[in-house]
Amino acid sequence: MISGMEHKNPDLFTVSGVRVQGAPPEAATRNACKLCSPLGAAMVFNGIRGCLPFLHGSQGCATYIRRYMISHFREPVDIASSSFTEDDAIFGGARNFENGVENVIAQYSPECVGVATTCLSETIGENMIGMIKDFQKNHADKGPPLIHVSTPAYTGTHSDGYYAAIREVVAAFAEPCKERDVTRVNILPAMMSCEDLRHLRELCTIYGLEATVLPDYSTRLEGSSWGEYNRIPPGGTSIDEIKSMGDAAATIEFGHLVANRIDSAGMLLEKRSGSRRHALGWPIGIKLSDQLFTSLAIVSGKRMPESIAFDRGRVVDAYVDAHKYVSGKKAVVYGEPDLVIGLASFLSEIGIRPVVCATGSKGKGWKDLIASEIEGGMEDVLALSGADHAKIAEAAREVKPDLLLGSSKGYPLARELNVPLVRIGFPIHDRFGGQRQLSVGYRGTLALFDRLVNAVMESKQEDSKTGYSYL
Amino acid sequence: MNTGDPTGGIQVLSDRSDQVWTKGSGKAFVCDKKSAAGSVTQRACAFCGSRVVLYPIADALHIVHGPIGCAVYNWDIRGALSSGPQLHRNSFSTDLAEKEVVFGGEKKLKASLIELIDYYKPKAAFVYSTCIVGVIGDDVEAICKVVTKETGIDVIPVDSPGFKGTKRSGYQAACEAAYRLVGTGSTENLGKYTINLMGEFNIAGEAWMIRRYFEQIGIEVVATITGDGRVDDLRRCHGAKLNLVQCSGSMTHLAKLLKDEHGIPMQRVSFFGFEDTARAIYAAAEFFGDPEIMRKAQELVRSEIAKFAPQIRDYKKKLKGKKAALYVGGAFKAFSLVLALRALGMKTVLAGTQTGSAEDYEQLKEICDEGTVIVDDSNPLELAKFVIEKDVDLFIGGVKERPVAYKLGVAFCDHNHERKIPLAGFEGMLSFAEEVAASVLSPVWKFVPRREALAVAAFEEARKGEGK
Repeated sequence: MISGMEHKNPDLFTVSGVRVQGAPPEAATRNACKLCSPLGAAMVFNGIRGCLPFLHGSQGCATYIRRYMISHFREPVDIASSSFTEDDAIFGGARNFENGVENVIAQYSPECVGVATTCLSETIGENMIGMIKDFQKNHADKGPPLIHVSTPAYTGTHSDGYYAAIREVVAAFAEPCKERDVTRVNILPAMMSCEDLRHLRELCTIYGLEATVLPDYSTRLEGSSWGEYNRIPPGGTSIDEIKSMGDAAATIEFGHLVANRIDSAGMLLEKRSGSRRHALGWPIGIKLSDQLFTSLAIVSGKRMPESIAFDRGRVVDAYVDAHKYVSGKKAVVYGEPDLVIGLASFLSEIGIRPVVCATGSKGKGWKDLIASEIEGGMEDVLALSGADHAKIAEAAREVKPDLLLGSSKGYPLARELNVPLVRIGFPIHDRFGGQRQLSVGYRGTLALFDRLVNAVMESKQEDSKTGYSYL
Repeated sequence: MNTGDPTGGIQVLSDRSDQVWTKGSGKAFVCDKKSAAGSVTQRACAFCGSRVVLYPIADALHIVHGPIGCAVYNWDIRGALSSGPQLHRNSFSTDLAEKEVVFGGEKKLKASLIELIDYYKPKAAFVYSTCIVGVIGDDVEAICKVVTKETGIDVIPVDSPGFKGTKRSGYQAACEAAYRLVGTGSTENLGKYTINLMGEFNIAGEAWMIRRYFEQIGIEVVATITGDGRVDDLRRCHGAKLNLVQCSGSMTHLAKLLKDEHGIPMQRVSFFGFEDTARAIYAAAEFFGDPEIMRKAQELVRSEIAKFAPQIRDYKKKLKGKKAALYVGGAFKAFSLVLALRALGMKTVLAGTQTGSAEDYEQLKEICDEGTVIVDDSNPLELAKFVIEKDVDLFIGGVKERPVAYKLGVAFCDHNHERKIPLAGFEGMLSFAEEVAASVLSPVWKFVPRREALAVAAFEEARKGEGK
């Protein structure tokens, strides 16, 4: 046994147990800080009522994604595949596609099938739209509707797959405005927790608005115990609801990256139906949450209800009570781009410097997006895009952070540096309740703030020789 | 919708009706065929098969050549431990982007290999081909040759595009790759009584426990393949006199190569449960025909069983009569589990595997009781159907099967490569019993809807009886 090595980050040692030396490798990705785009699409399809995700390609993709989602949500996640063989890779998978969808219909009786491509089917140039048309023609248009999204994993990440799927769903079903309903609002969330989705809906209700949340996997990926087997778990946004999204007074679309896109789902709804888009950041922290509540006030025509004003007051009160424990601390933040931007904004308003803001996505203007949300300049902030966990670790070793914020994938680094990891985002597979974590709005900010402050205090307590019980 | 049928009338797909069999039915049974499209198989792909087998070789570099997904989903998810290097716990990938998919990824692969080898100084490197590489036609073999020459270490291609057959084809590709190292090392200094432990993945340190048994009776273990694996051990493993193959699905091909090319006989063994562990130790002892080794083996088995039997007996009292379902990777393991469950007083009512061979299933069919359902390459709907119909108390499987059990209020025991608790060997049988009991005997089940429904049914039955 090489002494002590087993406690260290595996990316840091040669096979003989010597610390690595020299210029770090650049060509390969080492411990990716991203997932593939079909996973994002599968998340969205899990948020549509009665929808079964179907990946056109090798079956490993579906199985891997299922496994990954199950370990986070701890719920059944069924994803079908056309199970390509060598012949299909050469001659095309049309027959497998047709047979596969037939089998899915026979087994699951889905209300719709969400078809996403994979690297393989994209590369061999499968004509998905043609295949879907053929399928519908061969089945006399009697089968459930098929939604198609193109998700080759060699372009973009799970985050891109997620937004692309929402866009395709809206493009496929949303109809032009029939009758404007001022009590309705569309919510297009980022890849948030089930609790976040529930909270966003609840907030709309408080403002007297009925929300169509797309996707809404909050029930399907965090449900109750079953007495009988649900082939497709209950919950999700129905196709009928999606059809009438154009009637809503407005659409609130989350995410800085989406905000900059002219072809986002929200933009599409605005163009098609005149339902006005409010492009907002991931609402974490007071500043970004304020923007959400402002939008809700504009859409509903109501001033901020007292209960929410109280919630805001409680956040401010908590910030004040605990500020000394976090003020001046340094954090490393990583994960989905929109989440990282939201967290950077939140951290800078509580006096923590987000000294490394990293994402595995590649995107132009990453540094500017971060800069737009944090106070005090970017001199000491490293904005990394297209980063992997090995690169994040290298940066972290330099800056010696006091804590990390991100998915479970930061654990080896947290262990190496002996600093707390505040788990947020996806995946959280080494703790329970990732899907139940609330992090958006004032109440979510408060919950996240408590988690963060307590993580810092716990580590202070653990490291103390005396073991104070009264900090 | 309440149809009165809690399975909602789930039917087995006609495409795979011959892969579901009930003992006593007299029907034919088919296995080892590719998964039906749209069946939501629990299997992964050929790439997964090869990766699972080779990655525990801890002093080798493992790089996945392809877009990111394939590499990222198996980053350090498994419980194979290493007694030294930890390089295998990283996830390296060429992470191909659109540009490389169009113009080829050979350059990036070469650059990646050179840099990673220079940085981490591995003893060898394995390059796993994914679907994309199979399609765009990168000459991985040629790159490996060039890099071998430039770096001086063996760089070995693993021909494992996901679409290339089933997970079993991936096992085969892994064995072919591993075999390239076999025979390249010196077998001097190897003793008289030597074995290789094959298809042992050192989940939670199981290989260390098993190795200790053999050392205790005077048998030397040359290589554990592939758990806690080392490149140099593979190089000289052809010097062993006997191969004990545990996970036969993954390692039979390599064992066969060792038999054909080096004349080393193989025996299938299992280290799950008292019976199979003892049988495996005796098999090796018998092979060498040294009475001293046999005496030591008997002594070991006796003393180990004596150590744990009283506690197992206590668990048996509590678990007697409970019904179990199991769905695991390979059938040989399923076979052991049926026996281990029987030792705990439990009855297996459903047994299935992802990749069992006809030979495996024959054995499984033989030891199962009448009425037991046997499934090959099953899916969540079928598993749920039988869990409800057979009213099981325990499900044994992996992460993907867990929610099927839990949603329906059934206890669960994780018995795949992701677990972190050792279940092999004599002491492993105790942890198995502990884990099964911790779940089956938990008080939480009385709250689940299934139990409520059963209680209501029992009440109705009792009332009817009174009325007579």
